[in-house]
Amino acid sequence: MSNLHDLLAYEVVEGINGGLFTAEAYISSILKRIEDVESKLHSFITLDSEGALSAAKTIDRKIREKEDTGEFGMGSTTEYSRYQPTRNPWNLDYVPGGSSGGSGAAVAARECTVSLGSDTGGSIRCPASFCSLVGLKPTYGRVSRYGLISYANSLEQIGPICRSVRDLIMMVNIISGKDEMDNTSMSSSPIILNNKLRKLNVAIIKELITGSDHEVTRAIYSGSERFKEIGCTCDEISIKNLHYALPSYYTLASAEASSNLARYDNIRYGFDLPVEEYKWDTYFSKVRENFGEEVKRRILIGSYVLSSGYYSKYYLKARRLRSLLRSELLTLFKKYDLLIGPTMPILPFKFGEKIDDPIKMYLVDINTVIANLAGIPAISIPVGFSNGLPIGLQIMAAPFEEQKLIDASYHLENAINIQRVTNAI
Amino acid sequence: MIGLEIHAQITALNSKLFCSCRGNYRDLGPNTNICEICCGLPGTLPVINQKAIEYSTMTSLALGCKVPDKIMFYRKNYFYPDLPKNFQITQYNVYGFSSIGVDGIYELDDAKQIRISRIQLEEDPGRIAYSEGDMNVRNSALIDYNRAGVALIEIVTEPDFTGPKEVRQFLNKLSLTLEHIGVCDTLLEGSVRCDVNVSVEGGNKVEIKNINSFREVEKAINYEITRQSSLYSRNLKIEHETRHWDDRKKITFKSRSKEEEHDYRYFPEPDIPVIALGIDFVPNLKKRMPELPNQRFERFVSKYKLSEHTSNILINDKKLADFFESTLKVHFSPTEIANFLITDFKSLIEDDGESTDYLKNLKVKPEHIAELVKLIEGNKISRITAKDILVKIFESGMLPSEVMNNTNSYKIADEKTLMDAVQSVFDKEKSAVEDAKTNSEAINFLLGKVMKFTNGRADPKIAMRIINNRLHNPDK
Repeated sequence: MSNLHDLLAYEVVEGINGGLFTAEAYISSILKRIEDVESKLHSFITLDSEGALSAAKTIDRKIREKEDTGEFGMGSTTEYSRYQPTRNPWNLDYVPGGSSGGSGAAVAARECTVSLGSDTGGSIRCPASFCSLVGLKPTYGRVSRYGLISYANSLEQIGPICRSVRDLIMMVNIISGKDEMDNTSMSSSPIILNNKLRKLNVAIIKELITGSDHEVTRAIYSGSERFKEIGCTCDEISIKNLHYALPSYYTLASAEASSNLARYDNIRYGFDLPVEEYKWDTYFSKVRENFGEEVKRRILIGSYVLSSGYYSKYYLKARRLRSLLRSELLTLFKKYDLLIGPTMPILPFKFGEKIDDPIKMYLVDINTVIANLAGIPAISIPVGFSNGLPIGLQIMAAPFEEQKLIDASYHLENAINIQRVTNAI
Repeated sequence: MIGLEIHAQITALNSKLFCSCRGNYRDLGPNTNICEICCGLPGTLPVINQKAIEYSTMTSLALGCKVPDKIMFYRKNYFYPDLPKNFQITQYNVYGFSSIGVDGIYELDDAKQIRISRIQLEEDPGRIAYSEGDMNVRNSALIDYNRAGVALIEIVTEPDFTGPKEVRQFLNKLSLTLEHIGVCDTLLEGSVRCDVNVSVEGGNKVEIKNINSFREVEKAINYEITRQSSLYSRNLKIEHETRHWDDRKKITFKSRSKEEEHDYRYFPEPDIPVIALGIDFVPNLKKRMPELPNQRFERFVSKYKLSEHTSNILINDKKLADFFESTLKVHFSPTEIANFLITDFKSLIEDDGESTDYLKNLKVKPEHIAELVKLIEGNKISRITAKDILVKIFESGMLPSEVMNNTNSYKIADEKTLMDAVQSVFDKEKSAVEDAKTNSEAINFLLGKVMKFTNGRADPKIAMRIINNRLHNPDK
């Protein structure tokens, strides 16, 4: 077999278990693929080829890698990366989405089979959408956060980025569960692959459609037609508190980030900076000049909204709006099984197109932050292309209703039968 | 007006508040009692120690506080080198009551009430060891994170104290309570610390930080009252400020750093969800609650029929009271044992100096005291002899009966021997003998002489009978 790297994860598992090929052959094919395309993509921060090969030789383990991510998981483009910017395998002039853009690009380019991302405000779903992949942000608490470098603890979850729903089911079941090391984690029932879909009530979120680019809107409407084809009902609804989502999200995420990032003080680890000539507080200041611009911006915003006198005005208000939004969504989920809309309101954009204006950058997160604020599961699945650029459909469900989400995604995926693999690279 | 902020470590815990490192960091090499969690390494999360919640709840109940149905943790953000995450996980009530205890009332012995505003559970920071010189000008400092993350209970009172004496009473009683619950061994170095707010009439509130033992608190308050009063009497302004206690020089000094101008940017700790204690939690805990000093006092008075005075002396020294009750298990004679312990036994211990855990390494065990008291009661030895024997047991750990036999110190009850002793005394003290015929005071004087003659070994009852006989029937 010449193109082992094109296989989906479940095919790889079946292939290795069925003796069609060895783990070593598979890993060698992946490594060859990385060698061929990585210079164009920059998906990886570190790559341990030898380790991967020896692991493949001894036990059938997956390749060990660590994808490129925006600095501390911030930003929708991976342009803020401390390393070289990661490119979109579908068109190298375009961003792969972020912040887990390295994960997205690597999976889309078949540099790896499946991958994990961390999603605070859309960091799994945005690259999934921009790279034509399936990406899930699980219900808050379904997956342990132990080991994840915290950005905004109350919002973020680890989730899989895959090229098929079947792969995603496999991954979700591996990473889910109560972890004694994470007080916010909970146990949940495993996801199964349902070949039959029971009728689900679906609703399109009107505001997310009207706020989107034309090409995106068109693709989402055609996607919603597919829902009817697979036997679901499809209404259009409105979320009253939606306009609070983004300000609430950026207030809370920045507040938590400002505190999480305080530990980077260069005392217990860090870089070489002699302590002489500094008092401890000036030393802290000196050290923290080294953060990137976007990180500094959010630390400043976060510290501001928490400071005395502003806590009630900003932070507390943001929390109230968050619970308002959550209860509105939970009420909607009494009537509807799933809420849908575009994952991103825009198509992938070219490098440098949007980065100059932070507010503009923040605005594209509007569709994805909803699920983080409400703690509900949300998936992005490929729904079409416009001029060769991928478009993702987002589906949200009530807390711990991943099964519904995945049932619908699996059947939609089969109905749409989208081009899985890019030949651009 | 004086108010207190007390920090007491939960020394009863085996592990820290959010990780499994040891709770007792003492006597360990620097930075050997640390892990990725208490060092705040990226990717780690705090996992709350359930036992710490129980201990802090018991403390809240003992101090008359209400325990809310739901408790929450907050982040207190500030930069300091001993704080690994640069925020402290603590509790905060400004945005609604959510700390482990609120609104308590604690009564002093004279029925004076001290209001407890709140009790909160939080993590201890690490410790900074400065090489030398003053805290603000130096080139380097060493940090030991062994203590970082140890569970602390913070107790905050209202400014209800009128003077240092009340504060001392309160702290003594508090120590005793903490000891009885078993939450904190207050004698361990650094296990209790106290910040004090002092303001005199016409002045601003001054906070004194860093008082590292309860004993120093009274001295610091006295110093501060004198300092503030003398400023006031000279018409000088008493600044609102934070001062530190220097326990070598015994003075307070103004802190030069601006650390007190902090805006702590409190917000709810996202990694620890709100904890609903459940309706059974407090009632169950109340059932399991160890006996508190007041309850023990009542029991000593009613069950053992001890005087209030005796009961107080015992209970104010928990280890002595425990020793007392252990002795009762061997030989139930409460009054005799209590009296023996609070007089002869206690004075011997105090002669020994004020060692921290004096009963632990003691050679005298409850069995010894039980036997000794039995010997007294069985009229085998006199009280005076008992004290001498006790001294020997202290040194050797031998049983009282062994000491008694080795030193021939059993009581002299033999009539003939005692009659000889009385005769000798009568021969020497002729005028006293004459007096004694009409004056009972003089009889006691004679008895004293007889006791002295026999080195305290004479059975006083028999000796007294013989003296009386001789006085009233001189010819026999």
